[in-house]
Amino acid sequence: MIKVDHIWKSFNNQTVLKDISVEFKKGKTNLIIGQSGSGKTVLLKSIVGLLDIDKGEVKYDDVVYSKLDFRKKKEIRKKIGMLFQGSALFDSSTVEENVIYPLNMFTNMSYEEKRERANFCLNRVNILNANHLYPSEISGGMQKRVAIARAIALNPEYLFCDEPDSGLDPITTLRINNLIKEITDEFNTITIVNTHDMNSVMEFGEKIIFIHMGQKWWEGTNKDILHSENEKLNDFVFANHMAKRLKQIKRI
Amino acid sequence: MQFFYHFGRYFILLTKVFSKPEKSKIYYNQTLKELISLGVNSIGIVIIISVFTGAVITLQTAYNTENPFYPRYLIGLMARDTIILEFSSTMVGLILAGKIGSSIASEIGTMRITEQIDALEIMGVNSASYLILPKIIASVLFNPLLTMISIAIGVFGGWIAGTVTGVVSSEDYIYGIQFAFIPFYVTYALIKTVFYAFIITSVSSYYGYFVRGGALEVGRSSTKAVVYSCILILLSDVILTQLLLS
Repeated sequence: MIKVDHIWKSFNNQTVLKDISVEFKKGKTNLIIGQSGSGKTVLLKSIVGLLDIDKGEVKYDDVVYSKLDFRKKKEIRKKIGMLFQGSALFDSSTVEENVIYPLNMFTNMSYEEKRERANFCLNRVNILNANHLYPSEISGGMQKRVAIARAIALNPEYLFCDEPDSGLDPITTLRINNLIKEITDEFNTITIVNTHDMNSVMEFGEKIIFIHMGQKWWEGTNKDILHSENEKLNDFVFANHMAKRLKQIKRI
Repeated sequence: MQFFYHFGRYFILLTKVFSKPEKSKIYYNQTLKELISLGVNSIGIVIIISVFTGAVITLQTAYNTENPFYPRYLIGLMARDTIILEFSSTMVGLILAGKIGSSIASEIGTMRITEQIDALEIMGVNSASYLILPKIIASVLFNPLLTMISIAIGVFGGWIAGTVTGVVSSEDYIYGIQFAFIPFYVTYALIKTVFYAFIITSVSSYYGYFVRGGALEVGRSSTKAVVYSCILILLSDVILTQLLLS
C-alpha cells in the first residue's frame, strides 16, 4: 500500500500541494485527475520522490519513503516502474537497449537472459521487430509502449504513469490504457496514473482522486462520478455541453 | 549570493558524483565510451590547431628576434617553451572547453529536460555519478595524452614553417628545441591539463545537470558552461603557475 499523509509542497512561496492525504491499494488502477496546473504531476513526483515534500509523509507499505536518504530510497525505487509524459527513453540507445538498461544495472543476468527478458517485455506491449530502432525512429504510441516495457522489466510492485495518453489519438490512448490495466492485474501492482483523458477515467478508474488548486477535492470510483454533486468535478469531467446532457440523461 | 549558491550546489553535485558506483562494470564501459567521444574524437582538432599555432609561434618569434646578437637556435627554444608552457596546456584547454564543454552541457541538459535523468533516478540509479563520473575520468586520463600530442605536433609545425620559409635552418631549430630543456616544464603542462580536464567536465556537467526549461535554456547553459570553464581555466592557470614555477 502507498499512503500519502498530509503532504504539502511549495515552489518559491507558492503552495502547489495543500494537505493531501490518500491511500493507494495493491492491484488497483488509481487515477489522479485535474486541470492542467492543478498539481497532479507535482503530486505524482512527490510520491515517487523526484520532488522533496515540505510537510507530511509518503509511506510505501510501512516504510516512510519520503524521509529516507538516496541510498535507502534506491531499494524501493528498484520496485518502481514509471512511464513519463514524454516517454523519457534514452535517445542514444535502441529500443532493446532501453529495456535491457535496468536489467544491466540491477541484475546479474547473462546477456542472453537479459535479451530474453527484454523480448518478453516488448512482446507483452506488442512491440515486434523494432529492437534495433532508435526512439526517434518509432511513433509516439510505440515510444510509450517501449517505456512501459522498460518500466516492467524488473517486475515492479509500483507502476506510475504521468499522462500516458498525452499527444496520442483516441484509439492508441485506449490501447495504452488497456495495457496499463492488464499489467496492473497481471503483475498485481499499485498503479497510479495522472490523466485528464475522460475516456481513461470512465474506462478504468477503480479509484479516482480529483485535484483542484492543489487540494484533494473529491475521491471515488468511475461509477461514483456519474452521481457526484461536486460542482468542480462535474465542471471538469463533463466540461462540454454534450457530456453534461449525457450525465443528465444517465441520472434520469 | 548567487556565487555562493552555485559554488555550494556544485560541491554537493560533486559529492554525489564521487559516491560509490552501482555497478563498476557499467561505469567501466561508460568510461571507455567517453574516452572515445571526448578524447579520441578531439585528436583531429588538436592536431590541426597545434600544427598551425606551432607554425605561427615560430614565425612570430623569428620576425621579432631579427637581431644578429640573437642566435637563430633561440627560435626553436622559444617556440618549444611557449608551446609546452602555455599553448599545449592552456590554449588547447580553452579549445577543448569549447568543444567538449558545450557537448557535455547540451547532452546532459537535453537528458534533463526530456526527463531521462528523472527516469534514471526512478530506477534507483545515481544519475549524477552515472552521467558525470565517466566523463571526468575519461578526460582526466586522456587530456594529458592530447597535450603530449599537441606539444609534438606544435613543435613539428614550427619546424615546417621555419624551414619552408627559411627563417631558421633545420639544424638551428632542432638544436634550439633541445637546448636548455627543462623536463619539469612537461610535468607542469601535464599537471595543468589534468586540472583543466576536471574543470571542463565538472563545470559543464553542472550547467547541464541543473538546467530548467526547454531548448533555449539548454543552449544558454551550454554557453555558460563554456564561458565559466574558460574563466576557471585561466584563473587556475595563474594559480598553478605561481604554485609550480615560483
